[in-house]
Parts: sequence; C-alpha cells; structure tokens
Amino acid sequence: MLVVVVPVIVATLAFAWWYRSSNTHATRSLDESYEGRVEFVVWSIPTLTVILLGGVIWIGSHQLDPRAPIAAQSDPLRVDVVSLDWKWLFIYPDLGVAAVNQLVVPAGTPVKFRLTSATVMNSFFVPQLGSQIYTMGGMTTHLNLLAEGPGEYSGFSANFSGDGFSRMRFVVKSTPTGDFNTWLEQTRGTGPGLDAAGYAELAKPSKNVPPTTYRSVEPRLFERILDQTTAGPGTAHPPMRKAGG
Amino acid sequence: MLGRLTWSAIPFQEPLPLLSGAVVGVVILAILVTVTVKGWWPYLWREWLSSVDHKRIGVMYLVLGLVMLLRGFSDAIMMRTQQAIAVGSAQGYLPPEHYDQIFSAHGTIMIFFVAMPLVIGLMNFAVPLQLGVRDVAFPVLNSVSLWLTATGALLINLSLVIGNFARTGWMAYPPLSGLAFSPDVGVDYYLWSLQISGIGTLLTGINFVTTILKLRAPGMTYFRMPVFCWTALAANLLIVAAFPILTATFMMLLLDRYLDMHFFTNEAGGNQMMYVNLFWAWGHPEVYILILPAFGIFSEVVATFSGKGLFSYRSMVWATLAICVLSFMVWLHHFFTMGAGADVNAFFGIMSSIIAVPTGVKVFNWLFTMFRGRIVFRTPMLFAVGFIVTFVIGGLTGVLLAVPPVDFVLHNSAFLVAHFHNVIIGGVVFGALAGINYWFPKAFGFTLDERFGHASFWCWLIGFYLAFMPLYALGLMGMTRRLEHIPDPSWQPLLLVAEVGAIVILCGILCQVAQLYVSIRTREQRRDLTGDPWNGRTLEWSTPSPPPAYNFAVLPRVETIDAFWQKKRTGRAPVAPAFEAIEMPRNSPAGFITAFFATIMGFSLIWYIWWLAILNFLAAIIVVLIAGWSIKREDEISPAEVAQMERAR
Repeated sequence: MLVVVVPVIVATLAFAWWYRSSNTHATRSLDESYEGRVEFVVWSIPTLTVILLGGVIWIGSHQLDPRAPIAAQSDPLRVDVVSLDWKWLFIYPDLGVAAVNQLVVPAGTPVKFRLTSATVMNSFFVPQLGSQIYTMGGMTTHLNLLAEGPGEYSGFSANFSGDGFSRMRFVVKSTPTGDFNTWLEQTRGTGPGLDAAGYAELAKPSKNVPPTTYRSVEPRLFERILDQTTAGPGTAHPPMRKAGG
Repeated sequence: MLGRLTWSAIPFQEPLPLLSGAVVGVVILAILVTVTVKGWWPYLWREWLSSVDHKRIGVMYLVLGLVMLLRGFSDAIMMRTQQAIAVGSAQGYLPPEHYDQIFSAHGTIMIFFVAMPLVIGLMNFAVPLQLGVRDVAFPVLNSVSLWLTATGALLINLSLVIGNFARTGWMAYPPLSGLAFSPDVGVDYYLWSLQISGIGTLLTGINFVTTILKLRAPGMTYFRMPVFCWTALAANLLIVAAFPILTATFMMLLLDRYLDMHFFTNEAGGNQMMYVNLFWAWGHPEVYILILPAFGIFSEVVATFSGKGLFSYRSMVWATLAICVLSFMVWLHHFFTMGAGADVNAFFGIMSSIIAVPTGVKVFNWLFTMFRGRIVFRTPMLFAVGFIVTFVIGGLTGVLLAVPPVDFVLHNSAFLVAHFHNVIIGGVVFGALAGINYWFPKAFGFTLDERFGHASFWCWLIGFYLAFMPLYALGLMGMTRRLEHIPDPSWQPLLLVAEVGAIVILCGILCQVAQLYVSIRTREQRRDLTGDPWNGRTLEWSTPSPPPAYNFAVLPRVETIDAFWQKKRTGRAPVAPAFEAIEMPRNSPAGFITAFFATIMGFSLIWYIWWLAILNFLAAIIVVLIAGWSIKREDEISPAEVAQMERAR
C-alpha cells in the first residue's frame, strides 16, 4: 500500500508547489475538469490494491484464526483464563493447579486457552506471543498461542475494565519442559488450594495483586464461574462519589 | 423530594474539578452581567436565541462546537500530562477514578459536542445558500435541533460540579456501564445528555434530507448540486438511518439501569455483545456522518483555490454515495477480537478495505483538480493540502487495522488511538477549520486574518504529527489505550514528545482565538464588499456578505454545475430584477424553551427526581405542540420592501 500512498503524498506536495499562483513556469489548463482515461486509472488503482488486499485478508483471517490449533510436536497444554477485578486467574484443568497474575508454560508446547470473565469485559493480550481475545462474562472464547523459546513476557488487559485496569498485568514465564515440571511439583507442594470459598474471596475487587499459585483447584471451577456469571450479578464496584472530568 | 441529589454530590473534597467549575461559573456570570448591563438581551433574543434563520443557527452551532473544543482539549492535555509523568514508580497527579472520567468525557465531548456541531453548523450555514434557497425545509425544527444539542452539552458539563461523569470510556460498554458496576450518576449523565442531543441530531437529519431533496433553486437538478450538498445529503441520510439505532440502544441500557431489565447483562438472557454490535452499527456510519461533509468542504476549497472545476464531479458524487452505503457493512471491524469465526472476520475486513476504493478515488480527484490549476494558498487551501497528506496516512493505517490478523495485535492499542485521531483531526477538524475560514467572510462580511490563519494551520499540522506519530510507535511497542499509569519506562520519551505535540496544538488553538480577535478589531479594513472574496464557483458567493435574511431577493436560475462561475464567465448583464413578495419564517422561541424544559428534565432523570422530570417532559411536549399548531408562522416582505433593502446594500 505504501506503493500507492507515498506517490500520492509526493504528488500532492509537488502539485501544490508547482502550480502555486506565483509560478510563472507552470502550464495551466483551467477549463479541464474531466478526462476519461485518467478517470479509469483513478478507479483502477485503488480497486486493484483492494482486490489484492482482500485476498490477503481472507487467507490471513483463516490462517491466523485464534481458534485454529497450532501444529507442533507435543500435545497442547490446556489453560483456562478468568479475568477478575482486577487480576487474572489461570487454571490448569489437566494438572489441577492454578495461579493468579502469572502464567508458567513449557516452551515449544502450544497452549490452548479457554477464556471467560467473572466481571466486565477484558481482553487477554500477551503482545510478544500473538493475538489478543476478549473475555466476556457468560461466554467462552478460544485462543491458541505458542512460546517458542524460554523467556518472560508481559501480559495485560487490552480492554478498559474500570479503575484497576492499568495495573491488571501478569507475567508469562516460558520455561524448558524440565523446569516446567519442577515448577509444577513445587506448586503442588506449597500454598493454599483454590476452593469455592477461596475463589469468592479472590473474586472481590483488588488492585496490584502480586503473583500467587494454588496447590490445587476445585474441579470444574471454570464451568462454575461461567454458570455463576450467567445467573447473577458479578461483584459490584463500590459506589463512587468522586467528581471531575 | 430531590431524589438522590444531596450536598455530597458537590465534590468539596476535590479542588481540581471544583476550581475549574468555579472558573467556568465566573466566566458565564461575567458574560451574563455584561449582556445585562449593556442592555443586549433584546438584541440577543431577537437576532440569535429565537432566530430560525439557518445562517444564524449555523453560526450558533459553530460557537457551541468551538467552546466545547476548549473543554475537550483541556481534557486531552490533562491526559497527555498524566501519561507523560505517571511512569514506573511515579503515580502522576490524577487518581484512576478521576482519569477514567477524563478520557470518557474527552471522547464523548469531542465526537458529540465538537465534531457534530462543527459539521452540522457548516451544513446549516452553507447548504441552503448553495442550493439557492431561502431557508431549510423546517426552520423552527432547526432551532429545536440546535437547542437540544446545547442541552446535551450543558448537562455533560454540569457533571463536572454536580455528581460525576461516566468512568466507562466514551462507548460505555456494558456490563461496566450497567448498574452493578457503575451505580453512580456518571453513566446517567452520559446517557441522558446523548439521548436529548441525539433527538436534535435526528431532527437535523430529517430537516436536511427534506431540504436537499425538495427545495432547490429552479433548474438545480441533482447533478448540478455543489459537491458539499451531495456530501451533506449523504451524511444526513446516514443520520436518519443510524441515529435511531443509537437512541434505541441507549434506551435499552437506560431500561437496564432504571427498571432493572437485562438487555445487556447476562441475567435473564441478555447479552453484552448485543450492545457492542448495536453501538457500532451506529458508530461506524457516524464516522462518515462526520467525514463526508469534510470531504465536501475540501472539494469546494480545492476547486475554488485552484481556479478550476472539480476534477470528475460525477465520480466524486458516486464515490460519496458508495461510501454512504458501505459504511453500514463494516461495523464488526471494531471488535474482531470478540472471537467471531474466520469467515465473519474476513468478510468484515474485506468490506472495510473496499471503502478505501471510493475514498482513494476522491483523493486522486482532488489531486487532479490541483494539477494544472492556479493555486492560491489562503488558509482554507493550506488546510486542504495538509488534509490530503495527513489523511492518506490515516487511511493507510485504517486499512491495516481492517486486516483481522493485524487487528488482533493492534486492537485497543495506542496505534488505534493514533489512527482515529489521524482521520478525525486530519479529516474532520481540518475540514471544519477550512470551512470556517472559507465561509467566515460570507457570514460576517469581512475576511479572517491570514497571518494568524497560517500560523494556526502550521501549529495544528506540526502539533498533530508530534502528538500522534509517537502513539503509532507506542502502539506497535505494545502500549494499550486508556492507561492511567505507564508500566514501561522506556515509553516515556515518546510520551513526552506527544505531550509537546499537544502543547503545539494548543498554540494552534490560541492562534485561532487571536485570529478571531484581530480580525474583529480590524474588520473595517478587511470588509469584503463584493460578496465573492475567493472568486467562488457556487451560488453562496453570488449573494452580498452577509446575505440578507432571505438569502436571494430573486431565486437564481441554475443551468450548469458551478452555477455562479458560469454566470461570471458568460458575463450576462444583470437584468433589473422583478422583485416578488417573499415569505419568511417568523422567529420562534419554541426551540429555546423546549430545550430549557428538556435540560431540567434530563437533570431530574439523572438524579431520580421523578415529579420534576414528568412536569418538564410535559412542558416540553406542550411547547412543541403549540409551536406545531400555530397558524401564523410566516411574515411577508412586500416587493417594495425587498427592492428597498436591495438598494440599501
């Protein structure tokens, strides 16, 4: 597209300069206001560009569909994501552990996310790993990501969700498979478990929550959260009496 | 008795909003006292507040838009400052609950009470003159539209001192904007001010569609209308089709909030994404409601100041109509990340990029209009050239965002913020400023100062690039929008550049204020007695400046496009006109009074003061009915009087 846009900018500036009224060298034809061949070109250039782009859009949308599984050697790791006010809950349903504001994944293993929100809409986004996707109460979205090498990536909500939004950040740690298993053992051995009461406490609004892990997690917690947000109101924000703007 | 309104609604504990509210209050009081002391009320009431003259109404819309620009801009500079200093361990000077109100108010005000009044004001002023007619189809309704818009602006500014504004962003997505998450009055201020002004906008749409379709000078067929009238027609058709969607959507959100219904919350089968879809089914056409008239202004300006007819008028018209239709088929590109399937996303991505075809055609046509022209660089033409260069960059980034895989990483980022400011400032604001500089001499009979005009252009242009090019880069670096605190210290240098850009834009605004002041002071030297200071092409330039209330003593007879240009070229000696009696609509206080009651009604609804709301709703309806059923609404000016007035010029 730059092939079209740059010449247009150059031509605009060039025409504006050359045909200024004080330029005595310029050839002018003030009566011409139509030329069929020019008109044909004028419609053709953007049309051809858009036809090309349309192909790119169609192919790109299908190849990079967030739902599409990522082909890799190993089986994908399943992670369920719940956005809360204002932190992220990550549940590993197959491993029976959970974490808040930190997501540890084995490098080179595709991760298959199911996402929802126990509160208002948020958008789950780890820019260095790829696409973002909304989390919405009562609904599930799907996303597949792959961290190729070990590293730490920052993630956050990309959709405004209230006063704690700016600090609703988490860290993704991509580790070699061996280290991941060590982390898993450690997590299973320390800290509290996440049961219904613990979740109710966690779901209350809080800001700047430090990363924590849970040694165990109530089975089908993700499904319960989905049902809960469908049935009743989420945690209400405290009423505000601040003015301004 | 007073609903939920108590003394605690006034933020005594917060000096910043209270102080700014106090300053505004003092300024308003000073203006009221001056007007009273000088005895200007009768003049103000007769000539302006109760006027139904489309030119006066247009000017009042523009004043509203420019005053609100100051408010919206002070929000902008507060946000820029917060983001520039609240980095790493620094927390900045604004707490989130205050910052969140500021960006919500900034977006709402800039779209609804700056861009809309500027565009509608210019259409009001220029369209009837360009069509060669004496007023719009429904002059009293026009006044009602204006004052209902002013009501909305007043209510939104009232939230500064009584209560608070929404902390939801200008789109107010549920469930965040629902009662559970926003129990205070903020969202109600948002909803009621937009509901009331939205009715005004819808009435404007109906008024202008009727005017353009039914009232044109004899001989002005559709394909002889100036391009600005075509774009105004397209924009108003979009208003008529799109604004009811917004009104209905907000009504459902209001029912959710006031009567515990669940259109947009999960309980009882509601769905938040229904709001998001409906909002953008209005929201994307709204973009074209704003930009199409700007395209029209640039078409007039480029042709006039190049001394040439617009290149390929017909394809300009077809491009406008194509955009008008396509704008309803792209709304989903505002939320590709909702997780719709690849087919859906690809469809809306392709539809969005198709809009680039007619838009590209327009750009090429402006380019070929300049080609081999005789270009005179007055302020409007500078804005036009600045617009073309800036707008194609905004178009390019827009097409990029229309590619779903790209949007999945740039959605809601600073890149998006940069993109829409690129097209709104570079397109709509530049268009409005070009239009104001272009038609000002027609409205007031003297030209605006060129030095300050040029200075304001350069400040706006340079300020825009400084303020928003860094945001493109920050978006690519992963900065999302609406952050009250910046997590990554390496972003700070670019944010400081953006802050400088905002200050340069401020200089541009100050130059405009100075331009207005200097021009009024030296108006005697800059009188335009010809009525045609730019060697114009369309009918508005054939009238004296300022035009008489009836615009044309004798309605012009149109034989070609660029009717006035043709008339000047063929140089036919003016035949002594045979004056006929002219019927002019009488002044009507209906608009002002309706809006007065509507303001109190909106305020009482926000604060749950039901009895006052009902009383004022009934009063507003009664005023409208009385105005609607009044028999004698026109005054006749006899041929002798017309002749006398024409001689006096």
